[in-house]
Amino acid sequence: MAGDVLVVAEHLGGKLADVTFELLGRGRELADGLGGELAAALVGGGEGLAAELGAADLVVTVDGEGLGEFNPESHARALEAVVESVGPRAVLVGYTAMGMDLASTLAVRTGRAHAAFCVGVELEGGRLRAVSQLYGGKMNVTTDLGDGPCVLSFLAGSAPAEAGRKEGAPRVEPLAPPPAPGRVRFKRLIEPEAGDVDITTQEVLVAVGRGIGGKDDIEVAEELAEALGGAVAASRPLIDAGWLPKTRQVGKSGLKVKPKLYLALGISGAPEHVEGMKSSATIVAINTDKHAPIFGFAHYGMVADLFDVCEELTEIVQDRKG
Amino acid sequence: MKLIVLMKRVPDLVEDLEVDGSGRALDAETLKLTTNEFDEHALEEALLLKEATGGELTVVALDGEEVDKMLFTAMAKGADRALKITGAGAVGSNLALARLFVRALEGRELDLVLTGVQAADDRDGQLGPLVAALLDLPCVEVVTGVSPGEGSVTLHKEYSGGVVAEFEVDLPAVLGIQAARQAPRYAPVSKVRQVQESATLETIESGEGGAAAEGGFEIVQMTPPETGEGAQMLEGVDELVAVLESKGVL
Repeated sequence: MAGDVLVVAEHLGGKLADVTFELLGRGRELADGLGGELAAALVGGGEGLAAELGAADLVVTVDGEGLGEFNPESHARALEAVVESVGPRAVLVGYTAMGMDLASTLAVRTGRAHAAFCVGVELEGGRLRAVSQLYGGKMNVTTDLGDGPCVLSFLAGSAPAEAGRKEGAPRVEPLAPPPAPGRVRFKRLIEPEAGDVDITTQEVLVAVGRGIGGKDDIEVAEELAEALGGAVAASRPLIDAGWLPKTRQVGKSGLKVKPKLYLALGISGAPEHVEGMKSSATIVAINTDKHAPIFGFAHYGMVADLFDVCEELTEIVQDRKG
Repeated sequence: MKLIVLMKRVPDLVEDLEVDGSGRALDAETLKLTTNEFDEHALEEALLLKEATGGELTVVALDGEEVDKMLFTAMAKGADRALKITGAGAVGSNLALARLFVRALEGRELDLVLTGVQAADDRDGQLGPLVAALLDLPCVEVVTGVSPGEGSVTLHKEYSGGVVAEFEVDLPAVLGIQAARQAPRYAPVSKVRQVQESATLETIESGEGGAAAEGGFEIVQMTPPETGEGAQMLEGVDELVAVLESKGVL
């Protein structure tokens, strides 16, 4: 229907991702505004997961060979079939590792407008305006998507998940899987190696970003973390550079953490990083750039050289602890 | 293996970004561009594949500020050829850019197209899947590490929490690279200069597919995000110590 909204349900290992519930909450609001229904597309995952999508009016399920595990090609084709069947005004996808394989592909193949990095959507006189958080979180860019069908990919954590966690009894309509070209084949899932410090259980995290400069400079953060009885975490660029193991990465493709104290050193606060740490009890950011987005959501901030602060603070903490 | 790497220039996020008088675009006067960091990883991964398979690597980019230098640098690192798309003017969307890349690749042999998983200005989607959809090729985003096989590649795709999925993908294919197996290599300035003097960049006119390929939807507003309360700013380490005490960390 013309005013319907379709949410793409994302799941891994039999569990729905939080972003799915965030999108259901958003989707309900948007569907109400458009005077349509809220539908969810569940590709793979089985009956059990459909029951958890109670916030939707309709759940369209597609299941079959090769759909049990996420597959960038066959899942995109299945989603396309759901979109053609439901004909929604807006398709809501998570801007996640899986969603990134689906949204742009769907937009091109179905001729829909697409806005990525979304943090909001507004309805104005029948036109949809998407707010995208671009340039590493430094700008909110509003795009007028007009009054036609569209795809919106939302950053995870951009809306509360609670709004989409509702009991309900949506109609469940199975859809036959469309033929997939079979050019992408799922082989296996590899779980992260254990053995390193588990940053998700630490009370204090000293997190370092690009501002740290070089690999050898991480030592100052290590010393501070040790003094505070915590561990060192990092944003993605440092992991990609091979300066710290993957087990220390906080953010979208890393781990979600919520320590008592998250001390962010030289981290600008790109949305991908924020996603992983914004639930921390206290966030203190130290950055030389007074316009760094991280100061927007940190509880405390200091415009300073992280090395000066690290050294002074480490000394004070060590003195206190004798 | 015929390898293609698509690269683009994006605003340098280290610099302050300013909105121009229209309130709908970044201020061109103060804007500083840099190569998309993920494209550097795509190039590195492609160089590793070229070294492993004895393939041929072509780097493609849209003409613009310091694009020649970016392309010569890629050649200094080991790319065999560089192709520059000229005459397109300002391209306002990734879909339009993807159409230009597709046009530039027409008639060229290709096995694997690599580009960065995303860029800071991806307002209308990611280049990799856009190009793949236009070419009807398989595409995988968020790729770390590619091993070549017979007519296919095996790759790792990163999910959150450090979980990785392994896929086998038939060639030709498009990959959005999150991180290469090793940090992008460095090309010494002397080597880049040497290449600049001896090598030539191929150019291709964008023709009708240039500014006319603009399929993007209009930006109506650009503003720095509202920060709400924002951080309470501290003046010195003493104040920081007081905060840590009040939160029971010290």
